[in-house]
Amino acid sequence: MLKKRIIPCLDVKEGRVVKGINFVDIIDAGDPVEMAKFYDQEGADELVFLDITASHEKRDTMIEVVRQTAKQVFIPFTVGGGIKTIDDMRNILRAGADKVSINTPAILNKDLITQGAKIFGSQCIVVAIDAKKSEKGIYEAYINGGRINTGLEVISWAKEAEKCGAGEILLTSMDRDGTKDGYDLELTRLISEAVSIPVIASGGVGNLEHLYDGLVEGKAQAALAASIFHYGTYSIKEAKQYLINKGVDIRW
Amino acid sequence: MIGIIDYGRGNISSVETALEKGGFKNITTDDHELLRKCDGLILPGVGAFKDGMKDLENRGLIPIIEEVVKSGKPLLGICLGLHLLFEVGEEDGESKGLGLLEGRVERLTTTFKIPHIGWNDLKIINPSPILDGIVDGDNFYFVHSYQAHPVDKSIISATCNYGQDIVAVVSKNNIFGVQFHPEKSSHKGMVLIQNFGKLVSQWS
Repeated sequence: MLKKRIIPCLDVKEGRVVKGINFVDIIDAGDPVEMAKFYDQEGADELVFLDITASHEKRDTMIEVVRQTAKQVFIPFTVGGGIKTIDDMRNILRAGADKVSINTPAILNKDLITQGAKIFGSQCIVVAIDAKKSEKGIYEAYINGGRINTGLEVISWAKEAEKCGAGEILLTSMDRDGTKDGYDLELTRLISEAVSIPVIASGGVGNLEHLYDGLVEGKAQAALAASIFHYGTYSIKEAKQYLINKGVDIRW
Repeated sequence: MIGIIDYGRGNISSVETALEKGGFKNITTDDHELLRKCDGLILPGVGAFKDGMKDLENRGLIPIIEEVVKSGKPLLGICLGLHLLFEVGEEDGESKGLGLLEGRVERLTTTFKIPHIGWNDLKIINPSPILDGIVDGDNFYFVHSYQAHPVDKSIISATCNYGQDIVAVVSKNNIFGVQFHPEKSSHKGMVLIQNFGKLVSQWS
């Protein structure tokens, strides 16, 4: 049967991994390629690189990271951040990434999803949704790194993204991101049940039970986490062993 | 030398790098003479059946593939490359395939989400040299919406289950096909690449 996936996410700025990382056996923990190799060996099912490079001129550093990663890592990986056009997608995919993730540009121009899916295939196009619960209890989609509320209700937005040709939804709860309180299970389940494409849960993982909850209660196909893996709180192997012991179908 | 058939389909570089990691010399080309000189061929590919066949035809590659197979050299089809080995594809209207293997390629009938994307475990049906060192339950990375239905079931080497049985590996003499992407399937994928490389080395 199809396995649920565990996906470490690496924030990359100007070609270097940011957020403190502490692995003794890695020569250069700031090197995204080294980190990617490490996670591949550890048994990660996929990887996500989030390019948080601010200046446009330095964007090409990400292309080089992708090229080097593709040469040394033999699991699928996604690149998000700064991808605004079909040409941006082509450059990243040609360099060897398997998927691109788009958020703000997808909301501003839905045709980018459709065109991307048509040219590269739906399996390449991940639509990232940053969601936050409003005072009225409605989940709304945010763009520009969470700075702008679009007022778009996320369930209908996720459905529309699917209709436009998205192959997956990367769903981040802004309320939970960085809290270590666990995924927003209500949000995750709502979206997972609303669309027929896979949903990757993101934002808030603090322990292994949270991964289990996201995959089982939240019904996500994949669980994304950053700090619990980067800080060495848990290894990928520990996480997978824990999930297997609890009966989740996981690649070992 | 392993020839990767370049017919303008999808991301070939990951197949190249997997072969390089395995220590196998390879060349990606659509040059007929260069492909003829290779000791084995890989037909990679992502995309639609009809377009794939059209691209092979436009580059005059169909007789080259037939010739190489006839000579006994190993051929490995990956994903769409596996599909194209068969007689007929139904994607986007019926179209003719290479016909090296008898059977059709049809859309998945599973009630699960399509495309079938992700890691799935193999069930070995018949032993094959391409599966040396690979056992029941080993996981590989799949991305597809269509699957092959061989007429001769004995060529099915392995299947996986996704709400329906899916043909994952076929082997017939020197012709091999895999539905998953070995180049994206971590160390188990490398085992399969190594097996193919060994088959090619034995030939040369």
